Amino acid sequence: MTGLPTTGPMTSGGSSTSAPASGGSTPGGTTTNAAEKAGYSSPLPSPRPHLGHALASEWTKMTSVRSTMWTLSLLVATVVGIGLLLIANTNNEDYDRIPFTTPAIFGLLIGQLSVMVLGVLTMTSEHGTGLIRTTFTAAPERHRVLTAKYIVFSLTAFLVTAASVFVVTLAATIVHSGAGAGRHGSSEWTGALLGSLYVTLLGVLALALGALLRHAAGAIATMIGVVTLPPVIGAVLNIWEAGKSAGETLLQYNAPVALMQLFGLTSNDGGLNAVPGDTAQMTLVLLVTGTAVAASYVVVGRRDI
Amino acid sequence: MIEAVGLTKRFGAKTAVDQLSFQVRPGHVTGFLGPNGSGKSTTMRMILGLDRPTSGHVTINGMPFRDLPNAQRNVGALLDAKAVHGGRRARTHLLSIAQLSGIPEKRVDEVLGVVGLQDVARQRAKGFSLGMGQRLGIATALLGDPKVLLFDEPVNGLDPEGILWVRNLMKQLAAEGRTVFVSSHLMSEMALTADHLIVIGRGRLLADMGTQEFITRNSAGFARVRAAGTGPDGRNTLGTALTKAGGRVLQEPDGALRVTGLELPVISDVAHEAGVRLWELSPHRASLEEAYMRMTQSSVEYTSSEDPRAELWEPEPLTVPEWEDGPAAPEVPRTGFFAPPPPGAGGAPFLMPSDPGKLASAAGNTSPNQPEESR
Repeated sequence: MTGLPTTGPMTSGGSSTSAPASGGSTPGGTTTNAAEKAGYSSPLPSPRPHLGHALASEWTKMTSVRSTMWTLSLLVATVVGIGLLLIANTNNEDYDRIPFTTPAIFGLLIGQLSVMVLGVLTMTSEHGTGLIRTTFTAAPERHRVLTAKYIVFSLTAFLVTAASVFVVTLAATIVHSGAGAGRHGSSEWTGALLGSLYVTLLGVLALALGALLRHAAGAIATMIGVVTLPPVIGAVLNIWEAGKSAGETLLQYNAPVALMQLFGLTSNDGGLNAVPGDTAQMTLVLLVTGTAVAASYVVVGRRDI
Repeated sequence: MIEAVGLTKRFGAKTAVDQLSFQVRPGHVTGFLGPNGSGKSTTMRMILGLDRPTSGHVTINGMPFRDLPNAQRNVGALLDAKAVHGGRRARTHLLSIAQLSGIPEKRVDEVLGVVGLQDVARQRAKGFSLGMGQRLGIATALLGDPKVLLFDEPVNGLDPEGILWVRNLMKQLAAEGRTVFVSSHLMSEMALTADHLIVIGRGRLLADMGTQEFITRNSAGFARVRAAGTGPDGRNTLGTALTKAGGRVLQEPDGALRVTGLELPVISDVAHEAGVRLWELSPHRASLEEAYMRMTQSSVEYTSSEDPRAELWEPEPLTVPEWEDGPAAPEVPRTGFFAPPPPGAGGAPFLMPSDPGKLASAAGNTSPNQPEESR
């Protein structure tokens, strides 16, 4: 091109940039018209994505980061470690009044924090890194991804928790089921399973909080507050006459007490009068977690990310 | 085909994207240009259904993104190269994304080969350089072998070889009949890659046209002419003759003349008639960068207090009205790459308006006072 442009840079700009109108101008591309008309068709299969795909993806995600391994090993280590330590330092007579699942509960009270951290990280690791945009671009049906996260996390958390508790309970049964241990029924095992479910639900609550708050530190701090503050606040309220009833309620309905009760500890010692039943405790945690999960579906579905 | 109609996004009082309407056609690389904060990324996020438009809508092949039957097989996007969990290995990262849409595992190895990451496929993404991250992001976009591809700043952090690779990849993808929509700040790169441009500033559409057309319409080219000999005589004779012929002549420090408003053959004829031999007669095309700067100068949100654009606003210092004493003429700065403005209508020197807004209103495709309004 040897010609000099004779139009001014800006003087003719007013007319030159009537953008949508000039859209029909042919770009100086190398493409043939045929390619443009036919468009591109790919040889890859194009199935309609379903939950199974998302589950496979979430499983890959969960097993491919080290935080999963760390939090779950910590859970197993605390439950089994503390449990075996307790088994070693108790004798058969101690189990006359308490179930064989008891050694597992103390480790689990600490280990539940690992489950919560894993729950939070399952969601917030995507937000923290920006991976969530890649994920939701690849799968704009966000609820499908969220459901897969809940399923994969809760199954993993429940299985690992229940397995750790099972190992400890089994060890206690084997070691201390001799003379003087009293009668032990299968309800202890059911209680332990319910307790594992309770911890899993706390983890699901943590995942929901992670989805709502999007920040790992904030969600973990909130979860620790949810678990540890009610007993403290209840005790404080108990000091005043006016707050007594509220304090009593808080002391009965909180995560550590609920967990011990599900494991069959508090119902026997009579320290608290009118102890709420297992059903009440499970209903409460199901309500709280269910609300948070429902909120997470609504928020994740609409939020700009 | 991406089609946006009246796309608007407000964040509180700030309007990030304002009544944006455009089409991105298949078979071409379409560049998406705009200053920082002009709404490019927000627009891309709205196309991908990550952000909800305040009003208006955008469709991909006639459907809103979130209604596509298998989004990943239809649209691939690179928004942010760092959008990877650092603890995950590159291949696992791609696998987890591929599994979301039932894309077979062998496709993961395929795209790793395409972007040249096969040797580091089993390394954790944390240790990746920016360039490797970009390649991984491009691999993610290519996973579904999609018909529509969006890339936000794909060459950031790439070495020259990587930039060349991305350029060829974009062109190849477009040549296969796909829709390729690329945003970038690197003007020289866009000039080479894109054959169509969509330019926005402050969330508004400034231009939607072919790259060459954009450069021609928004910038000035000039001819450099050098008369034979080192003395001022030939130069003065030539300058006078060219001015008489209707050209606008400016003098460069080394004695060459910048001529605007005359075609090269005309300059040659004039020189021949004036009896001046020429040592140089060369065309200088303006760059996309210059065209872009001129187009968007009123739309820039974040400017340095030392704005290099300031020189665009100076009244023309290079005019050489008389040809008696050449040396007295003020000199052209050697480093400046901006061409002097060509003459306006009737041969009168065209002076840049001192108010940027005035210029924008002349350049903008919409009503005159909009750049101020959109603020």
